[in-house]
Amino acid sequence: MQGRETLTRDVLETTAAKVLRVLSIVFFAVITVFPFYWMVNLSFRPYGDVLLHPARMIPRWQDVQQVFAPLTCLSDSASEQCRLAIANSSFAAVLIRFNFLTFIRNSLIIAGMTVVISLLISVPAAYASTRLRFRGRGLLSWGILLVYMFPSIVISIPLFVFFVRIQNALGIQLRSPTGITIIYLASTLPLAMHMLRGYFTTIPSDLEDAAMIDGATRWGVIWRVTIPLAAPAIASVALYVFMIAWNEFLYALLFLVDAPSAWTLPLGLQQLDSQEVPRTFLMAGSVIISVPIVMLFFFFEKYFVSGITAGSVKG
Amino acid sequence: MQGIRNIIARTFNGRVGFNPSLRSREARLAYFMIAPAMVLILVIILFPMVWNIVLSFQPIRLKDLATINLLDFNQLSLDNYTDALDRHFWAGLKTTLSYAVGSTILAIAVGLWAALTANEEFRGRQFFRAFLLFPYVAPLVSCAFIWRLMLDKHIGIVNVFWGLLGNEPVGWLTARQMPVSILGFEIMIPVALIVLILFEAWRYFPFAFLFLLSRLQAIPEDLYDAAKVDGASPSQRLWYITLPQLKVVIGTLFLIRFIWSFFKFGDVFLLNGGSAGTEVLSIQIYNWLYARRNVGVASAIGVLLAAFLIFLASLYQRWLERQEN
Repeated sequence: MQGRETLTRDVLETTAAKVLRVLSIVFFAVITVFPFYWMVNLSFRPYGDVLLHPARMIPRWQDVQQVFAPLTCLSDSASEQCRLAIANSSFAAVLIRFNFLTFIRNSLIIAGMTVVISLLISVPAAYASTRLRFRGRGLLSWGILLVYMFPSIVISIPLFVFFVRIQNALGIQLRSPTGITIIYLASTLPLAMHMLRGYFTTIPSDLEDAAMIDGATRWGVIWRVTIPLAAPAIASVALYVFMIAWNEFLYALLFLVDAPSAWTLPLGLQQLDSQEVPRTFLMAGSVIISVPIVMLFFFFEKYFVSGITAGSVKG
Repeated sequence: MQGIRNIIARTFNGRVGFNPSLRSREARLAYFMIAPAMVLILVIILFPMVWNIVLSFQPIRLKDLATINLLDFNQLSLDNYTDALDRHFWAGLKTTLSYAVGSTILAIAVGLWAALTANEEFRGRQFFRAFLLFPYVAPLVSCAFIWRLMLDKHIGIVNVFWGLLGNEPVGWLTARQMPVSILGFEIMIPVALIVLILFEAWRYFPFAFLFLLSRLQAIPEDLYDAAKVDGASPSQRLWYITLPQLKVVIGTLFLIRFIWSFFKFGDVFLLNGGSAGTEVLSIQIYNWLYARRNVGVASAIGVLLAAFLIFLASLYQRWLERQEN
């Protein structure tokens, strides 16, 4: 009797779990995909159409054509017809009239520089802190984590004061792309070092020792042995640092807002948010910011997942 | 004690013939390798952290930031703190705590649910996992704008469905409170704050999901086999085997997410700017800085929050040590 009871309970629960799983998959698919589908949908529709039919699920064909119309103007952009096409296409308007081409360039340069310099600095630092013996090694790894947890809103105030004073005293304008890159570097370095350290400790040092005995220098070993072995970790650090620098908003707002030509994509998009700009243009801008990062993520998902649990990326 | 240990270490090294000059050369190389990272972190993060404390005792306005003598320590006072701790601050603290606790719990709960779902084999699981990370990977600014348009009072898709149920359109991000009748009782719920919590949970549940999933996959299979032999049902296995195994990860996630939600600025700023009863403390800091142009008070709030953060981190450290014993 007892046995049958647990058996039925087991069968009942297993069936319930199966049903629940299907429902869960549908639920999660809807909440994660639908908002982004909606962004694309709105970005392809004229604002007037959105006002009249807020619930239209699929853009009309003529609206999609209108968005792509400026592509036919690539050869001669001077004609009246083309000016109209650019003004009516949400994407063309955002890219050209609202300077998103410049913002894309700014964001690419800032994020790219941050990734390159961050790797140049963090790889040797992480190597030293796992392979070499020196005083303060333990303190270093603990300090990195503490610094990493520290919220940017608190740091931004003294940093702002600091940058204003530097400009006054030395004439160096740090509320600029250079200054922003330095801030992004400093705030991603703890993460990069933490992730790389975690990976370096899992690589046995035998190979490096063998190379040293064969007469290679320390730097030679790092370049020819350690870096190739740590390539997956380096890829995931690069991905993260790029993502953080590409998406970052607060520092860009505080330090770049007075210089429109230096705006990054997130700041440029936020500044687009006014009564005069159709909401659908905001969505076109959102598509432009999101596509590169989502593509990167799709191509390198493996590194992404291993990286996130290793470094617990801030968000 | 430290001294004795050093002596032992030195003697030991001497006995096995460790070359001290090699060792100091190694240390010198190490310092050289970590120096650029240390300098950057010291100048851009640690120095501002400490300097913030000094600023919080000085009367500094944004307009005379460039000219004021910051090394004049004769005017140090607690005025910034008394100005900061007004009625506004305490209301903001309450809002921030509800926001942080609510979104942390919800993000972890939804993340756990997603992890349990993705832990089973099914077709398209790879895709499922990739999609789940979307809200976390996509730029904050676009996520916030998408939500704002979906929740718009006039053109938002949410209000279209809400209207189909026979309701009046609601400004989800601008309504401070809305009466809801539950079991005949009419209660006021803070609409905008709840929507902000939902956004935060939506955006960050993938983070919890990844941690929980990787921990779930590390639970040895024979634990479950043994439980099955003992006749434990699926729900019992979840309660008595899976959840206890996740305890430390959940605790860690709680701390990390709580701290990051507690100081969240961009999400609130972009969704509704901290209006309609959602003025969290990070928004207050920004407003003190930019709307009221008072640098001193902004730093004072920053110092208070940082102290709170350090207090929390030490509590967590204690908890972790107890778990390990």
